[in-house]
Amino acid sequence: MSQSTESLLSVQGLEKHFPITKGLFQRQVGAVKAVDGLTFDVVKGETLGLVGESGCGKTTTGRLITRLIEPTAGKIVFEGKDISHMSQGDLRPLRRDMQMIFQDPYSSLNPRHTVGAIVGAPFRIQGVKTEQGTKKAVQEILELVGLNPEHYNRYPHEFSGGQRQRIGIARTLALKPKLIIADEPVSALDVSIQAQVVNLLEDLQNELDLTYVVIAHDLSVVRHISDRVAVMYLGKIVEIADSAMLYKAPLHPYTNALLSAVPVPDVKRRTQRDRIRLQGDVPSPINPPPACRFHTRCWKAQEVCRTVEPPLAELLPGHQVACHFPENTPQDAGPAEPVAAAGDAGDQGIAPGVINPVS
Amino acid sequence: MSFLELKDLRIHFPTDDGLVKSVDGLSFALERGKTLGIVGESGSGKSVTSLGILGLHKGGRAKISGEIWLDGEELVSATPEHVRTLRGKKMAMIFQDPLSAMHPYYTVGQQIVEAYRIHHPVGKAVARKHAIDLLGRVGIPQPDRRVDSYPHEFSGGMRQRAMIAMALSCDPELLIADEPTTALDVTVQAQILDLMRDLQQEFDSALIIITHDLGVVAELADDILVMYGGRCIEYGSASDIFERPEHPYTWGLLGSMPRLDRERTDRLMPIKGTPPSLINVPSGCAFHPRCAYEPRTDGKATTKVPDLLETEGGHLVRCHLSKDERRGIWENEIKPTLESA
Repeated sequence: MSQSTESLLSVQGLEKHFPITKGLFQRQVGAVKAVDGLTFDVVKGETLGLVGESGCGKTTTGRLITRLIEPTAGKIVFEGKDISHMSQGDLRPLRRDMQMIFQDPYSSLNPRHTVGAIVGAPFRIQGVKTEQGTKKAVQEILELVGLNPEHYNRYPHEFSGGQRQRIGIARTLALKPKLIIADEPVSALDVSIQAQVVNLLEDLQNELDLTYVVIAHDLSVVRHISDRVAVMYLGKIVEIADSAMLYKAPLHPYTNALLSAVPVPDVKRRTQRDRIRLQGDVPSPINPPPACRFHTRCWKAQEVCRTVEPPLAELLPGHQVACHFPENTPQDAGPAEPVAAAGDAGDQGIAPGVINPVS
Repeated sequence: MSFLELKDLRIHFPTDDGLVKSVDGLSFALERGKTLGIVGESGSGKSVTSLGILGLHKGGRAKISGEIWLDGEELVSATPEHVRTLRGKKMAMIFQDPLSAMHPYYTVGQQIVEAYRIHHPVGKAVARKHAIDLLGRVGIPQPDRRVDSYPHEFSGGMRQRAMIAMALSCDPELLIADEPTTALDVTVQAQILDLMRDLQQEFDSALIIITHDLGVVAELADDILVMYGGRCIEYGSASDIFERPEHPYTWGLLGSMPRLDRERTDRLMPIKGTPPSLINVPSGCAFHPRCAYEPRTDGKATTKVPDLLETEGGHLVRCHLSKDERRGIWENEIKPTLESA
């Protein structure tokens, strides 16, 4: 993976609030703060992984970047152009360079179109003429993703899940995009097929010099394919770092908890592992907890976490984290005690007033 | 005889396209207090097996043969009415998706009460108290209030807890969990797995956990059964399967998963091809079209179904390669690549 510093995509203070309306006049009574202030860059040729639990806003982020929906606030800059509020008409030419792979290979392919029509659609829509005709170009792409070019006239239902996902990838690649947003590209596939598709994505990246933003909830898959990983919680990035660093020494307690919750296929370790067990569920994004959003479930939470929002700060080179009491730092003596934190009921679990700020 | 014993169970579905052999000669035994993990990809027959044990294929088009012995009773030949009295009381199931497994019109409490009163002649008030007890035991906060909530008012993790409470309402001796955590986030999955482990110890029931996630079975299972194309291809203790697997398919599954507990590998080692169609299962060993070691069997794999043979101390493998060949391949070819950085 080529490591240039040129950023292909730059996101600043991105927000998306979905209004909640009520009554006859559709009066707005609140908002689902799906994405609430994201700032990150995607460097050319790298793979950025976005992880988090359901409802943390990772899919909304993917849709915002591809401008399938319009942001409430913030800026999206793609190849030096601000696309945050660009009209659909102006966006169309840019869509050649920015494509999406969808999660469900069953609902993302039109059942009444042949494979040839599906993969050929980008050429038709963008009015791209190829030297030897669209059919030839489509067959070349089918071959590239490991499908038989003779399947040009078949329909999606004749294929298995893994093959359908390859058709989706072929469509994505048709016009040689620069940036690909993959939203849960392998989670609907069987284990043995997942590995095939992961390898395919890696091969294509090396061959075509692609940049990926991979959205997934499976932390082991994300580690495998990402160069950098951003962890999201309730619409915000809580930690972003180089993949190796993040998995080896996570700074945010939430990242640490997520990693320790992943079941490991090792029988010997099942009794030895120190587990951090988060209590309760993710709070609602309609009314997220104030200040640090993770404080209701965090075992390290102090008064300051309830009142002051921690900024996303670069604690180590290339490793940003938003936490008042980060883990795995010199100040953090010994492993954290997994104390049961408050449930989803809010702040009541921990007695207030215990202030122990780290200098 | 064991608490639960399956002998040569076959569940076939006649369809317009041909006979679907979802389960084709499955045998295993399970004792009280033990956990069996059934692992396989979609279409390997793992869910059909569990529904078959519960007698949920009776009255349908399925052709069932073989024997299912539960606590000394044979269930395949039993009447649907008799199996119905056992279902819920003696054996119960936790489904994958609690939102579609629960009735949206009734409160969680009403649904637990209903299940309890079918098997116990008690009044509504007693049953309701039992439901509150159970909800508390599976870790739902304020159970006396939440008992009157509807399923949609619960989060995914809480719904799965309520589902478990419902399955436990009559103290079943056999509990089958079909992909119990697949729809959940990792942090919630960890909570549910802990809960299931604790409850099993408390109730001393037999637990069958069906999943495609090897990590989940490694957490819970004592014994593991790997299914492929409707048949068991490997069976053994959890340490047999994870430390000394002998079937090429099991190797393939282990090589396909990226693992957090190891250094990051450059490439995953997927199994080539796709799982077989159950209408048209490949001849001989069902795995042979995808098997890298098929050439070493002198063509036997394409013509003859291998027998499920014991290699050592209860570890069964269905493969034409000899025991020494398999061990050699695992030690020298597979294990080093799985563990290399």
